[in-house]
Amino acid sequence: MKEFLVNINNVSKQFEKEARAALQGITASIPKGEIVGLAGPDGSGKTTLIRLIAGLLLPTQGTITIGDYDTIKNASFVHHLIGYMPQKFGLYEDLTVLQNLNLYADLRGVTGEEKSQVFNKLLFFTGLQPFIDRLAKALSGGMKQKLGLACALLKKPALLLLDEPSVGVDPLSRRELWKMVHELLEEGISVVWSTAYLDEAEKCDTVLLLNDGKLLYNGSPSTLCKNVQGRVFKITDISRNRRNLLTQVLNQDNVMDGIIQGHDVRVVLKESSTLSIEKFLSEFDPKAKLVADSPRFEDAFIDILGGGPGGFSALAESLPKIEAKQDVIIEAKGLTKRFGSFTAADDITLSIRPGEIFGLLGPNGAGKTTTFKMMCGLLKPTHGSASVNGVDLQKAPGEARGHIGYMAQKFSLYDTLSLLQNLEFFAGIYNLTGKQKKKAIDQMIDIFNFKSYVNDTAHILPLGFKQRLALSCAVMHHPAVLFLDEPTSGVDPITRREFWNHINGLVRRGVTIMVTTHFMDEAENCDRIALVYRSKIIRTGTPDSLKEAAKTLDNPTPTLEDAFIQIIQQYDMTNAK
Amino acid sequence: MQNKFLKLRINGRFRRLKALMVKEFYQIIRDPSSILISVVLPLVLLFIYGFGISLDANHVKIGLVLEDTSPDAQSFAKSLTDSRYFDVTVVKDRRELDKDFLRGAIRGIVVIPSYFSAFRQRQDNVAPIQVIGDGSEPNTANFVQNYLQLTWQNWLQQERISSKLSGIPLINAQPRFWYNEELKSHNFLVPGSLAIIMTLIGTLLTALVISREWERGTMEAVMSTPVTIVELLFAKLLSYYILAMASMLMCVTFTVLLYQVPLRGSWWVLTLVSSIFLFPALGTGLLISTTSKSQIIAAQISIVSAFLPAFILSGFLFEISSMPLPIQILTYIIPARYFVSCLQTLFLVGTVWGLLWSNMLAMIALGIVVFMVTAHYTVKRLD
Amino acid sequence: MFNRILALIVKETLMVLRNKDARLVLIVPPLMQLFIFAFAATLDVQNIPIGILNRDNGEKSIELVQRFNGIPTFNPIYYLKSVEEITSFIDQQKGVMVLSIDEQFSRNLDAKKPVDVQLILDGRKSNTVQIVVGYVSRMLDDFNQDIATEVGITLQNTKIYPRNWFNPNLIFYWYNVPCLAGVLTMTIGFTLTALSVAREREMGTFDQLLVSPLQPFEILLGKSIPAIIISLVEATIIILAGIFIFRIPFTGYLILFYLSLFVFVCSVVGLGLLISSISETQQQAILGAFGIMSPAIILSGFATPIENMPKGLQYLTYINPLRYILVIAKGLFLKAMPADIVLSNTWPMAVIALFTLTGAAWFFRKRLE
Repeated sequence: MKEFLVNINNVSKQFEKEARAALQGITASIPKGEIVGLAGPDGSGKTTLIRLIAGLLLPTQGTITIGDYDTIKNASFVHHLIGYMPQKFGLYEDLTVLQNLNLYADLRGVTGEEKSQVFNKLLFFTGLQPFIDRLAKALSGGMKQKLGLACALLKKPALLLLDEPSVGVDPLSRRELWKMVHELLEEGISVVWSTAYLDEAEKCDTVLLLNDGKLLYNGSPSTLCKNVQGRVFKITDISRNRRNLLTQVLNQDNVMDGIIQGHDVRVVLKESSTLSIEKFLSEFDPKAKLVADSPRFEDAFIDILGGGPGGFSALAESLPKIEAKQDVIIEAKGLTKRFGSFTAADDITLSIRPGEIFGLLGPNGAGKTTTFKMMCGLLKPTHGSASVNGVDLQKAPGEARGHIGYMAQKFSLYDTLSLLQNLEFFAGIYNLTGKQKKKAIDQMIDIFNFKSYVNDTAHILPLGFKQRLALSCAVMHHPAVLFLDEPTSGVDPITRREFWNHINGLVRRGVTIMVTTHFMDEAENCDRIALVYRSKIIRTGTPDSLKEAAKTLDNPTPTLEDAFIQIIQQYDMTNAK
Repeated sequence: MQNKFLKLRINGRFRRLKALMVKEFYQIIRDPSSILISVVLPLVLLFIYGFGISLDANHVKIGLVLEDTSPDAQSFAKSLTDSRYFDVTVVKDRRELDKDFLRGAIRGIVVIPSYFSAFRQRQDNVAPIQVIGDGSEPNTANFVQNYLQLTWQNWLQQERISSKLSGIPLINAQPRFWYNEELKSHNFLVPGSLAIIMTLIGTLLTALVISREWERGTMEAVMSTPVTIVELLFAKLLSYYILAMASMLMCVTFTVLLYQVPLRGSWWVLTLVSSIFLFPALGTGLLISTTSKSQIIAAQISIVSAFLPAFILSGFLFEISSMPLPIQILTYIIPARYFVSCLQTLFLVGTVWGLLWSNMLAMIALGIVVFMVTAHYTVKRLD
Repeated sequence: MFNRILALIVKETLMVLRNKDARLVLIVPPLMQLFIFAFAATLDVQNIPIGILNRDNGEKSIELVQRFNGIPTFNPIYYLKSVEEITSFIDQQKGVMVLSIDEQFSRNLDAKKPVDVQLILDGRKSNTVQIVVGYVSRMLDDFNQDIATEVGITLQNTKIYPRNWFNPNLIFYWYNVPCLAGVLTMTIGFTLTALSVAREREMGTFDQLLVSPLQPFEILLGKSIPAIIISLVEATIIILAGIFIFRIPFTGYLILFYLSLFVFVCSVVGLGLLISSISETQQQAILGAFGIMSPAIILSGFATPIENMPKGLQYLTYINPLRYILVIAKGLFLKAMPADIVLSNTWPMAVIALFTLTGAAWFFRKRLE
């Protein structure tokens, strides 16, 4: 009989300045002694729910109790029961590791003998002992994560609330953190771990799936996966262009969802009958084989949401075909960037062929964005050179830059302007005028279904629409090369798939794309990826070749994440300080 | 269970306060903007106020049109050119001065007309000289008129004594300037400017610092601990109070040493009054930061609503009694007004309790109001 | 090229207009400040509280005291009862001056002997008291004159009848408001531009601009033109308020004023963009803007005349555009200033504008290093 620690009763939360409720009618119970995953895309309400449980927000409706205590009426007692780690880890950057720990220990009333014991234990647990006098701002992402966790654990809480603790951190640290948190269960601590990574959610004991402020599912991940059992398949041995195959497959009636995975295409069917798809394959690519595959949590999520988008990309159709003029379109030679004594990017060399999707993969702080910016001409390299179509973008005349499209991280749009005004602005600075400009804008509104949002201020657009707007602003002028910096961070899986449909379509028209990401599974969409770690590129290759190299007896089908971790570990060993 | 938690809370209060203040201390010394606002900015402003603002017109440039060449005229002209108040350019024809007067290169024209020396025979009491002031600079024009009158009177006095003119004015005004005998405007401007500088520091510093915690997400993490909102704010205010007082000490030292303004009151009373002033000043900063969680907006509001009014309406430069009544009423809610009065008195006069008490009470009252409003708007919540 | 710049101008203007905070900041405060400062920032002397101690009982002293009643300059008047009260009266700043008449006053005057009248003044308000002394001296002169006539002495105590050109009645806001046209326009121009680049950098949209076909000078034009236009509009509002509400005469050529205002605004916008461009964060930008703006206003001749400043600081004012526009504003409002003097004050601002605008553009890319 499961014991429940937290009871959430019909909780709703409406923020004053926002149109849509952040949370609507959530009823759930958090069991004791488990890791409960709070999963969902950005804006789904995860952080709001966590803050409500921590007593930092007042519900507009409903109540939350932790044990016998109500978060509102007994707010001060609740503080003694929980450990809370907010996004951005809640650390004082100007204080050292030890000073941060001391502060939180004092604030939580951990003193004397108890304090020294706890400190020893936590410092050992997190591996931070050698760094106690280092300023928090000088710690790596993974170390900050661990320090944040340590601060939350100082007074052994009954409930540990972690708000997206693993965002952007390298996969090795992420795994370590996971292991650490698991150990806490043995001490009787219950954990709520919120994440946008669905593969992480899958590893939890119980999952609360949120989308758009609503609770879609509450139960064990495996049970949810059972919903799609028997409907998941892999198409392997593809001899034709796999992107083409994907597009066609998505247009099939029985297909609910499909993505590229290395050289294969993975599909989820609406019904378990494989007849129609086999028929399609025999016509389209007779050599291809259909193999059953085990369902993943993401498959189940998409299933609940009603399935992914079709394969047709109106965007791609609307673009003219681009002829490749050279063998190499984007090139970097020995690109290095130093800021004072810190090397952000070290001797980066790569070459991207026309019509290729090239990915820069790595955790935050590894040097992806620095490299990226140097290639776009935004940052001057300390050494080395970067060129697009043979032209160094930093020195390039405006004309050359008119052939590039750029989509910045967090979709830098003009928040206070309306959707239409953003489109008009970007069209204007990319030299689209008069009829041409109007046509391009109308096309975008059509393709992305902006019509009802045209006059809305960009700030209040839902995240998916912001992303679409950013993409449309980047492609309106029909660039031959596209630079995308973390283009799908935080969006829900369906919007993500739609996005990649467009990208795939663009690539079929000859556009060359360079993309950065820290989502491992997203990198599967790329033709080739470069793994960036500690300012260097430590491996380049196709996703499949990287996974192949990481095959072991224990793990015959490694994921890209497994591959990355293995490569990192090898690298750390050979380059041990 | 309830009692256990209650006891924990009270015992923990001092420890938590101390921990928070230690944190503030480290943040202050490691964060450049705090040093900038509390050390560099005050020094720069003090320098500018001290040297830049002066109401003492010495060597005001005027032009003298000497149409008469008689010994009387020459004698008077000499008393003008010798005067330390004026920097005189002597010409024969007025038109030579027109351009300069228009440009503002000279601020007054004195005309000694050709019929000047006949004044000894005049029956009316009109002085035989013309003084034209530049109305586009009313304060300077006043000054020119006043000091010209003074110079004329003095010259007349000399003349009477030396040439035995008939008639002695019966009533002599004997002005005594207390507390600032040399009439250096410095002496009242610089102490007054300390109030402006402290307003800036108190308000800007606090506002920026609290908004920063919101922006960086640390406020959230701390709020999830047992610390109460009162402890949180108190620790911050106390730390920044200490910083502001240190800054004040530095500025006072500069005032006394560099600008040679005498400090006739006692240091500890000065400290007391400054502390009381910081009560509403820091409180205003706090209020601003609770209403705007963005550093930028907090900074803008501080500047517009605290600093500018302090500059114009505190009486440090512009005389409050001369302002129209509605604006005078407005000055009553500006803490700097009371501080300026105390400062000018403490420096130039000494410890005048009557004046100090009433001003201190006013500042305390304002502080209480500000804090009450702030408390109303701040709950230990994020929304 | 024009299209790109136009797109930028449209965007910048929309950003200002659509931002509720910006709208408020641009309209309400300047007008409020204009009215408050116009009336408050006065070195004029009115309603000064004073004390009078009259130890004499004679007619003459009462007559003298009477003359102080009902003048707007001195109000309220406190009648002190003893010499001991003087100290606390002045110390506690209950009044700015005490006029002390001793017991021998009327008797001595009747005997045609000279008398002294003491004026005790609060040195803490040295500017005010100097003006007060001048005023009281004149009053005493009049009194002297009248007594002399009465008593039959001919005096040659001559009085200078003051004449002031350009502003005969020395009305304070005839000076303030033209100056405020310059000061407030500068404040607006600064506020609009100082955060402009820094904010886009923090938002990430500045990268978008640099990656696009836009050239740095196009970005410069796109950001400065809206700010210049808005600042000029503000200036116009103030000028109109000055002429029609405050009824200050405008004696010069309006076109000259707009020409020099344009150059002034360009220099202010350039300075603001330069600060924004050099700053890494919005916080730095705002501290920088404030750190430049307050000295600029204080050392411009607005609060105190430049002539009173030490030589070193006077030289510093040559790079302050506000200094020049104040001369021009006062000149064109009150002095019918001719074109050559206006232009001689305009070209330094043009130099400053050129320097700051190019500096800003240069830092657009440079800051990325």
